Amino acid sequence: MAVSVHRAPRRPGRHEPGATVLSIRDVSVEFGEKRVLDAVDLDIRAGEVLALVGPNGAGKSTLINVITSDVDAVSGSVTLDGFPNHAWTYKELAMRRAVLLQQVDIAFPFTVEEVVDMGRAPWRGSPQARADETIIGGALHRTETEQFVERKYTSLSGGERARVALARVLAQTSSIMLLDEPTAPMDIRHQELVLGVAREYAATGCAVVIIVHNLDLAGAYADRVAMLSAGRIVADGPPAEVLTADLISRVYDYPVRILTDPDTGAPIVVPVRTHRGKTAS
Amino acid sequence: MTATHGITAPGADPANTAPRRPRGRMPGRLDLSPAAPEPDEAGRRAGKGKIGLLMTVLTVGLLVACLVSGMIGQLFIPPAQVLGALLHSVGLDWLSAPEHEFGTAALYEVRFPRIVLTVLVGAALAIAGAIMQGIFGNPLAEPGTVGVSSGAAVGASFAILYGFTFLGAYTIPAFAFVSGLITTFLVYGLSRSQGRTEVVTLVLTGVAVNAVCGALIAFIVFRAPTQAREQIVFWQMGSLNGSRWDQVMIVAPLIVGGILLSLMLARNLDLLSLGEKAARHLGVHVERLRFLAMAYVALLVSAAVAFAGIIAFVGLVVPHLIRMLIGPGHRALLPASVIGGALLLTLADLGARTLVEFADLPIGMLTSMVGGPFFFYLLRRSRRSAGGWA
Repeated sequence: MAVSVHRAPRRPGRHEPGATVLSIRDVSVEFGEKRVLDAVDLDIRAGEVLALVGPNGAGKSTLINVITSDVDAVSGSVTLDGFPNHAWTYKELAMRRAVLLQQVDIAFPFTVEEVVDMGRAPWRGSPQARADETIIGGALHRTETEQFVERKYTSLSGGERARVALARVLAQTSSIMLLDEPTAPMDIRHQELVLGVAREYAATGCAVVIIVHNLDLAGAYADRVAMLSAGRIVADGPPAEVLTADLISRVYDYPVRILTDPDTGAPIVVPVRTHRGKTAS
Repeated sequence: MTATHGITAPGADPANTAPRRPRGRMPGRLDLSPAAPEPDEAGRRAGKGKIGLLMTVLTVGLLVACLVSGMIGQLFIPPAQVLGALLHSVGLDWLSAPEHEFGTAALYEVRFPRIVLTVLVGAALAIAGAIMQGIFGNPLAEPGTVGVSSGAAVGASFAILYGFTFLGAYTIPAFAFVSGLITTFLVYGLSRSQGRTEVVTLVLTGVAVNAVCGALIAFIVFRAPTQAREQIVFWQMGSLNGSRWDQVMIVAPLIVGGILLSLMLARNLDLLSLGEKAARHLGVHVERLRFLAMAYVALLVSAAVAFAGIIAFVGLVVPHLIRMLIGPGHRALLPASVIGGALLLTLADLGARTLVEFADLPIGMLTSMVGGPFFFYLLRRSRRSAGGWA
């Protein structure tokens, strides 16, 4: 790394839709004695929204942390654009993948506009920086945060912060976007908005990985769903194939029924609530 | 697969790594709907205007404060004569030189070196405070309160005690730098857990580090011969009394260099406020940033401490006030802190010289008397806003 400090960063190229941009092979992670990820294989493809689902503690966030090298794998490999993470500089990595963490706090009261502008940092000094204004404007518009631009980020509500943080990640315009539970603090309107933005983003030829707890959202918007259970990927495929009553009931240890959205045909997951029905009637 | 992606192998010839710009849509660039408004230009200009205004006010204030410092003292010298003396020294005979027979001497031997040293030390402490706050992600970090200043003072007093001179005039600052650097890293290591610094931990670390450094300095004072003892005791209180040109010459390059290097960290310090992980995901080499920032803080603080002693709270008060006025962006905060710190310390030193007649109060005592309650106010406020000791 020390030798490459003054080399101009290698700019990312364009991917054909469906091409594998990031692949995870046989990755295992241990925290102390506990095996958090166990021989995980996963390909992340351009032009695709991949939803990572699974119960609490299944290893979803750890999987994202492995992709970003924030957690070290005890075995296995993660390859980005054909090379392992350590072959890239931080800047080159930032040009290729943007990450939205669950933790979106900020230490000082920056304005919303300043926060979104931080997303452009990897491109500073490159030809892409010429479009900064337009891209920031677009990211604010997409996330319905334009009305906040002058406000302090720290003065916003949880859901508003999450949208601004998403705008920052969008402004990074990298070919892979990893979103760790972006919808958690949001109302229905903005949950739909975020997933809609994710789809549009993927439609430009980028790969989007999104962790969601709401399986209906995954079913309605994802091209692919990967379900994690106790550190293993137990299913990986189109929503209709993965989101089955049998598998979900088993993995989440709770009985569910699958209905079909009359408008879109997407699966809707309904927990079985017979015990409540009995007391109510 | 790599060939189709247009990515050059790591370590390949840099000449072949020219950007390959895809035709058509950029990856990740969403089509902007026609309704997408441009960011508010007027608002942005207003922000810029505010920064420009503050910088102007601070600079003018600093120049005036320096001029007044030159005028006032046991011998009053009118402003025109102070300026005259200054102009004469650069070969311009525009204004009259001081009329009093000791006027010129008073200015050149006593007041000017003291003013210059004050400006340098104030600037160094304020920017060091701003950088520490950026690196700790906590607005309460400050060289004095977390013990970096006393850490640097240990090294300096140690060098005085044993009369080391093997690095010439730089011996004392060098010792201060080494012990300051060690203390900086120690404090940083002790006060962080899981990538964050909580207020309680930071304050308690400061208490512990200051206690140990205080004990070390006490030991050195105990061991020191009378003359060195007096020197060390006055240091701990912090004073700019008796500043000399040779001291200015030693400290100036260190502080000016430290400030220029620090200013280059501004953008990355902004990104770091998102947290270490998020900063890394935006391309910041966090470990390198952290190391450089700590080294610069140690350099600035040790240069400031070497002759002026421990002057606390400047690094706390100045960046905080500036953040309230123009926001936390480090590209404006760092330069404004430089000028603001210089202004504050110049005023404080003027007060130290003139508040009590025929007495030169220790300036560190003065800044602590004002800064202590301010620190407490910030503590209370951060406790309230965080809903507890977070």
